[in-house]
Amino acid sequence: MLAYIIRRVFQSIIVLLVVGLVAFSMFTFVGDPIDNMLGQERTQADIDRLRTQLGLDRPFIVQYWKFLENAVQGNFGISYRQGRPVSAIIAERAPATLELALVSGLFAMILGIGLGVFTAIRKNGIASNLIMTLSLVGVSLPTFLIGILLIYVFSVELDLLPSFGRGETVMIGNWSTGFLTKSGLTALILPAITLGLYQMTLIMRLVRSEMLEVLRQDYIRFARARGLRERAVNFRHALKNTLVPVITVTGLQLGSIIAFAIITETVFQWPGVGLLFINAIQFVDIPVMAAYLMLISVMFVAINLVVDLLYFAIDPRLRIDGRHA
Amino acid sequence: MTDTPVEKARPVRVQNPSRLKTFWASDFAYAFRRSPVAMVSFAVVMLLVLAALFAPFIAPFDPFDPGSLNLMNGFTAPGTPNAFTGDSFWLGTDDQGRDVFSTILYGMRISLFVGFAAVLFAMALGITLGLIAGYVGGWTETLIMRVADVQLTFPSILVAMLIFGVAKGVTPVEYRDQMAIWVLIVAIGLSDWVQFARVVRGATLVEKNKEYVQAAKLIGRSSPAIMMRHILPNVLSPVLVIATISLALAIIAEATLSFLGVGAPPTQPSLGTLIRIGQGFLFSGEWWILFFPSITLLALALSVNLLGDWLRDALNPKLR
Repeated sequence: MLAYIIRRVFQSIIVLLVVGLVAFSMFTFVGDPIDNMLGQERTQADIDRLRTQLGLDRPFIVQYWKFLENAVQGNFGISYRQGRPVSAIIAERAPATLELALVSGLFAMILGIGLGVFTAIRKNGIASNLIMTLSLVGVSLPTFLIGILLIYVFSVELDLLPSFGRGETVMIGNWSTGFLTKSGLTALILPAITLGLYQMTLIMRLVRSEMLEVLRQDYIRFARARGLRERAVNFRHALKNTLVPVITVTGLQLGSIIAFAIITETVFQWPGVGLLFINAIQFVDIPVMAAYLMLISVMFVAINLVVDLLYFAIDPRLRIDGRHA
Repeated sequence: MTDTPVEKARPVRVQNPSRLKTFWASDFAYAFRRSPVAMVSFAVVMLLVLAALFAPFIAPFDPFDPGSLNLMNGFTAPGTPNAFTGDSFWLGTDDQGRDVFSTILYGMRISLFVGFAAVLFAMALGITLGLIAGYVGGWTETLIMRVADVQLTFPSILVAMLIFGVAKGVTPVEYRDQMAIWVLIVAIGLSDWVQFARVVRGATLVEKNKEYVQAAKLIGRSSPAIMMRHILPNVLSPVLVIATISLALAIIAEATLSFLGVGAPPTQPSLGTLIRIGQGFLFSGEWWILFFPSITLLALALSVNLLGDWLRDALNPKLR
């Protein structure tokens, strides 16, 4: 067990080092930063001085180490485009993305589990067949088209909900929240549905197939034979046993939600980290790209590590077969 | 004893059925004829691919020829004559007076080209690495599959975006628009090879212990020859299924990247770029600029997807 954990953590560190190398080499491949920093009227002496001052004359591996040292401390340099420290820009944008991810994750989980149980219990009902068919179409629709469709229906035609931005936000310390104002909450609805819809169908289908599997088993039949109420059988006995795979899959999807937030944020002009990243790609703003790359990798690696270890804790069979990786 | 007349054996002429007939009678074709979903989606895909291929002959206008454009024709609604020029357009025009029908045809060319090329690239890469991993084994296998595992933990659209961003940074400014399509193909292809590699490796592990491979080894064929000529043909059918599903994913990935403004350049608009442009007119009432490209993309992605699903079931009933 301990050996497995150590090996797994070691692997994660290697992955992060490689991602860091990619992020770092972007700086060295893309132009000479000296050119960006010094103007037209520069002398060779100026160039040499700045080069020594910035440490660019030192060996690659030393520079890489320095970059890692800074990255661990959250220092990614200064955005080429905005001229401000990248860490400050990201800290300012992060609450928007995290709030959006939280709401759409909750939406996906609650509705996904609910509809999954419903379609499993009423296996052959008209409503569940309709839901299953709709979910197939929903999976084929690209996220951005769903967003545009929602904007068209609820903002253009019905004029009920805002189509862009976060509405009014309230600052709590350094955290700007949209949860406390009415316009902030209404602005959340459409982006959250757009972002959560795909994960919702995924969870729904998973819960449904797991439920169908569990409902066939003997202990459920026994529970029925004991004369328990249908609701107690379905929720207390059946659903509980489907939740283990659902929790792990939902955990893994958490990362996807943050990644797909890029698309949703662009459609709704939501001022989050994803929109920042897309703008950074468009304008080749390397420090911002590198920082986002590092952040998202740390997050993905951490989520995967936790889920792997969780599996280990939940399923005793894996503990005997120690070679599972 | 009476002689029973022995009938002379007459040579029986066996007409070899033509290839087409054999194919028509095969289980595969039968499954196809029995599935209306497969037939409809195949028809839609063929129609769209042909329309894209022959776009220069079908399209009433060349949207990239500035000479044929008339700014006065801007924002013409579908089917109604323009208020100033009296010209009529089947699906209307955009803000610069470009015929929407023609831009869709040309946009579909870019979308399909990028989709097919990216899948081919991913397929070549994945098959090669999968064969090597499965056949050679050892630390080569560990390295390749470890990289695949790590990449699989990231959503492929994110990987494509990152590769596109890095590649865009590396290319000099003056070549960026020209190179964008190729960068897009490489980015989507690189983000999608893992599925191929995993399947090919799995099948290779099974195949390499069979007698025909041992026979080939025995007569002294080289490892690359065994991999390419003997094992590869036997692992191809699951690859075909993945390729079809990947095509739908690649088309959507391309559209998404272009929609986000990090894909096809404005000089070579794909369906995603057209949707990006059309989104700007959502509130001003020119719905057709957005609607028709979106429907085309949807039809394309959905029918390729359905075809892939059907192919999976038809080629491997066990997977059901």
